[in-house]
Amino acid sequence: MDQATFIFDILIPNLGEGFLVTLALIALSAPCGLLVGMGVAAGRVYGTRPLRILAKGYVVFFKGCPLLLLLFILYFGLPSLGLPLGAFLSAVLGFIFCNSAYNSEFIRGAIHSIKEGQFTAAQALGMSRGQVIRYIIMPQAVRKAFPGIMNEFIYLIKFSSLAYMITVIELTGAGKMIATKYFMFTETFFILGLVYLVLVSVTTVAAHFIEKKYRIIAQ
Amino acid sequence: MHTKGDIILRVEGLSKSFGSLQVLRDISFTVRKGETKCFIGPSGTGKSTLLRCINQLTVPDSGRVFLFDQEVTNAGPRINELRQRMGMVFQNFNLFDHLTARKNVEIALLRVKRMEASAAREKAGFELRRVGLEDKADQYPAQLSGGQAQRVSIARALAMDPDVMLFDEPTSALDPELTGEVLEVIKGLARDGMTMLIVTHEMGFALSVADEILFMENGQIAERGTPEELMTNPGFDRTRRFIGRIRDFTRAPGEG
Repeated sequence: MDQATFIFDILIPNLGEGFLVTLALIALSAPCGLLVGMGVAAGRVYGTRPLRILAKGYVVFFKGCPLLLLLFILYFGLPSLGLPLGAFLSAVLGFIFCNSAYNSEFIRGAIHSIKEGQFTAAQALGMSRGQVIRYIIMPQAVRKAFPGIMNEFIYLIKFSSLAYMITVIELTGAGKMIATKYFMFTETFFILGLVYLVLVSVTTVAAHFIEKKYRIIAQ
Repeated sequence: MHTKGDIILRVEGLSKSFGSLQVLRDISFTVRKGETKCFIGPSGTGKSTLLRCINQLTVPDSGRVFLFDQEVTNAGPRINELRQRMGMVFQNFNLFDHLTARKNVEIALLRVKRMEASAAREKAGFELRRVGLEDKADQYPAQLSGGQAQRVSIARALAMDPDVMLFDEPTSALDPELTGEVLEVIKGLARDGMTMLIVTHEMGFALSVADEILFMENGQIAERGTPEELMTNPGFDRTRRFIGRIRDFTRAPGEG
């Protein structure tokens, strides 16, 4: 079998399912990672003392824990505590923990760059603290943190391949199995690399347009 | 001299210290509907703190504030509802940077008053017209001059239909040539019968718009009276000396 036949007739048609699993991992983890990141950032800046400590602990722990180790703990460790999550859910949770910890740091920095007067003005209009955070602070903080959040999103695309290590047959896992079966490693991993490159490139271009559209017009 | 209505705001014995510095000492006064009171005095005498204590953005150490018969101090979560009825305008405008002028006015109508989108939009349009800025409705705060930004912030506060407006040095952050447009808007509100408390360093404006001028010094109301009384009555010596200093200071060389 020549390389073209392998790539077009065997490899690509059989990567479809894994590709969808990769997309599902990202599509579930990224929005949740952003939302949790916002919550953790808000907790660290505006929370009561216990909440601030809790949020900081969250960030320290999940930033410090290697992602692969985290996935192992969730997938292999939790069942022994009577909490079997399954491979896919373990992967999604692990990605959310990791992604949100980093996102919260970008968002926290952005919150501190917003002039305090806006918080006061919103309160003077009768908004509760929660409403101020939700409608005034977060929309600005996320915009300001957007380049960092997008970086984390791109990391997430690439780190999603680690799910294979806890038996989720996503893109990399599907490719690895085909490569082993047909003994075509170079061709397979080259194509896989291209697919990730396309995903990252599309994200980068989309991020550029979103950033332009929602940019806060500055002085 | 127009007659003023019922008492709508009562301040009783407000005191506030920051650390060892006492900025407000036992301040009391009442405000009647349609009345404009101007607070003047040297910097650091607690004028801004007083305004912020009225709507509890700063919590006073002691004393009470009533809006009609409702206590604003110690209001608990009801404070959010009470603050809606006390519009506030800040020295630095404090517009929301990510929202256009119209959305700045709309957001509290939508999120706090829970108005329908179309009604909120209409109300925002009305208030922006009132401050002469309907053509700037789709501009962002950074695209507005200081005077325009301050007028948007006035429209934002007015949109909530407050019982009283609190102005905290509304022109102090503006270039001199931009103060006029903001002061004109505030004068218009006074003519329309809005109840207002204004902290200002614009003496000519204060004398022309105020029903009563309260001269503050060292956290106390040192002297108070109508503009006429202040300018003629010998009992208001300190206020006149203060006004004189401000006027000498702001008058350009060669003028007058």
